[in-house]
Amino acid sequence: MTSRTLEIPAIGVAPKEMRDSPSLRHVLSPKIISARARPLGKTENKSGRIVLFTLIGGVFWLFVFGLLYRLLRYFHGIPEIGALLAGKLLGVMLVSLFGILILSNVVTALSSFFLAKDLDLLVAAPVDWLRLYGAKLLETTVHSSWMVVLIATPVLTAYGISYEGGFLFPLVAVVAMLPFLFIPAAIGSAITLLLVNIFPARRTRDILSVIAVLSAAGVVLVLRLVRPERLARPEGFRSLVGFISALRTPTSPWMPSEWAAQGIMSWLGKDPEMLPFYLLWSTAAVAIVFGALLHRWLYTRGFSKAQESGERLVRQGGAGRVVGRLLTPWGVMRRELVLKEMRLFFRDTTQWSQLILLTVLVVVYVFNIKFLPIHGEGVTFFLANIIPFVNLILAGFVLASIAARFIFPGISLEGRTLWLLRSSPLEMRQLLWSKFWVGTIPLLVLALVLVFATDVLLEVSGFMMAVSVFTITMMTFAIAGLALGFGALFPKFNTENAAQIPTSFGGLVLMMASVALIALVIMIEARPVYLYAASNLLHTKPTVAGLWLGFGGAGLLCLAATFVPIRIAVKRMKELER
Amino acid sequence: MIELKSLTKKYGSFTAVDSIDLSVPDGELFGFLGPNGAGKTTTLRMIAGILQPTSGTIHLAGIDLAKDPLAAKSKLGFIPDRPFIYDKLTGAEFLRFVAGLYGQDGDKVEHRGRELMALFDLEDWADELVESYSHGMRQKLIISSAFIHRPEVIVVDEPMVGLDPKAARILKDLFREYVRRGHTIMMSTHTLEVAEALCDRVAIIQHGKIRSVGTIQDLRDEATGGGGLEEIFLKLTGERAARDAMEVLDA
Repeated sequence: MTSRTLEIPAIGVAPKEMRDSPSLRHVLSPKIISARARPLGKTENKSGRIVLFTLIGGVFWLFVFGLLYRLLRYFHGIPEIGALLAGKLLGVMLVSLFGILILSNVVTALSSFFLAKDLDLLVAAPVDWLRLYGAKLLETTVHSSWMVVLIATPVLTAYGISYEGGFLFPLVAVVAMLPFLFIPAAIGSAITLLLVNIFPARRTRDILSVIAVLSAAGVVLVLRLVRPERLARPEGFRSLVGFISALRTPTSPWMPSEWAAQGIMSWLGKDPEMLPFYLLWSTAAVAIVFGALLHRWLYTRGFSKAQESGERLVRQGGAGRVVGRLLTPWGVMRRELVLKEMRLFFRDTTQWSQLILLTVLVVVYVFNIKFLPIHGEGVTFFLANIIPFVNLILAGFVLASIAARFIFPGISLEGRTLWLLRSSPLEMRQLLWSKFWVGTIPLLVLALVLVFATDVLLEVSGFMMAVSVFTITMMTFAIAGLALGFGALFPKFNTENAAQIPTSFGGLVLMMASVALIALVIMIEARPVYLYAASNLLHTKPTVAGLWLGFGGAGLLCLAATFVPIRIAVKRMKELER
Repeated sequence: MIELKSLTKKYGSFTAVDSIDLSVPDGELFGFLGPNGAGKTTTLRMIAGILQPTSGTIHLAGIDLAKDPLAAKSKLGFIPDRPFIYDKLTGAEFLRFVAGLYGQDGDKVEHRGRELMALFDLEDWADELVESYSHGMRQKLIISSAFIHRPEVIVVDEPMVGLDPKAARILKDLFREYVRRGHTIMMSTHTLEVAEALCDRVAIIQHGKIRSVGTIQDLRDEATGGGGLEEIFLKLTGERAARDAMEVLDA
């Protein structure tokens, strides 16, 4: 057995292999060149898509900025606790973003460190481990953080303007946010690296997705158990002093989100503190150094394990046969399309594992409704009927996020097999409608259960129950239509990791469009619901025309949002040349 | 049969396929040869209905692909060069799915599926997920899928890539028998021996244009000087067989 001695280079002298190895910039150059070339690329309907994104994005930014600005102005007017509330709010927002960042980094790191197509080339080339780590960490950070940056920008702008942060505030915000983005990137990449090494290779991807989803579910549950709504209700505290001291206590003193919030708020309070910034930057440095060391020890082994092939045997379930028989009257082609969709879904752990998250969301949702204080004193008939109406907005959000997870990626996942569908006598219309129904029916069942259960808990009137069921049914169709439409307009055909599709640019646009749709539907229906509630109070009869106009309008809007995107998607799929 | 008239495909200012006229009658195995980037795959993908021609027409079994795409495609089986298929289906499920796309199911399809998989030594893998298949096994499965619905016309892009010698031999026999029964096959290939041994006629395409078309003997006559298909190919496409290897390696 030969013994190996470890050569330790003198301080300040790079080891030989590092001097010969391509530079970090060189390793990253294909990504940089591709990113530069992207805006110049020839994509069909590019200007249309840019206009659409700018419009939806602009409305979203203005909405977030406007809402927060008004709230902060209001806080500004409250002596003593105004600034504390603003700081607390920023802390809560940043801690949520931190959770999202950790999760999205874990998922992204799996792609960029272990599955990306360029890895074969980079791992085979004499690229030094530290440079590979640096390049991939940067890639992971950019891919998983851009959406958080998009959301944080209007939030921080609102803080800066309402608290008159001055012209240096953008710089302070960047100094606070940069380490805030790198810490979860280093931690997330390290978690992925450990998981890839710990679990049996062929199931790594599957297990990772389950763990990611379980931890997301955990975060949701923990946030729920903390009961943040208590802070919004000072009457729950014994005294004002108790309330203020609760506000002063940091929610999570060990979290980088708290340091970032403290740093930013201390600047805005004209009493800048340096400690939060030191903590942020030193933690980021430590996280990256530890991440790099872990990478050095474990990456080669993990990469090799991650390359092994997937699962072989499958169970032949009886459910497929039953569904197959049920679908026989609709023809062979439709039956096979639906069966294929179901098999691909239930055999792909990254897909079905998200059902766990979904269940948690639903449980938390129903739990929230159950504990709403709407049956106490002073709760009028009016309020008891308005709350279920607002309930529809929340149910709509839940549906939109599910559609973004399950229906939106449908077209992207078909990318590599489009040759088969395009060369067969299958109409694109059939393909899209089969995807629509496979996604919509479970979504509709869930929506109806959700709304029915919450309405029963809320003990709403028969009228409100009918309105809720009608609205949620129409909204489900519309959201599913939008998800398919945006899925075809913004496909990600070349992704290595299906879990990244919902968080792509198109997924973000879909979420924004869904929010806009839900807001519009609720706005249109607000009038007839108000008329109904008012007439009940005044014991008069609401005008039938007014009711029809409102609900008819909302129904038509939803139908348009169902059919128009699918039509556009069919047209786009026909034009696709793959 | 396959009929192409003035078939053209442009990508912006670049013309990938330039006004091709070609007719492949029933019962013929037609080879499509050419250097890399000559327009072979683009032409085949247009015939398969995946790419839209910029101009010109395609008729499959007498049906205009642009006017009645579904009827024309129902006569076609397409085998691409890159074997991308659904990883989470088993081989048997994939064949069933493809037959379903052509409106076919039942015992006949099951029987054909089993026979095709057995032919390519895939019967032991029939109930296993495609994600565990090797490149060559995926290619065999895709080839099987092109035959499952018994099309009149088969279009194949580089059929031998990734196949082991036994599978390559089986495929050659399958192709010959299929055209003997009156069907049409059009295939592109870089393996000149395959074209020489299998094809009734070949066309050589270069820079998007048909450079020459005919039997091997016709091409030999045209190239003057005879020789194997490799020499004919190089003469007709004007490519240098190989630079001086020493010169290149010394550079």
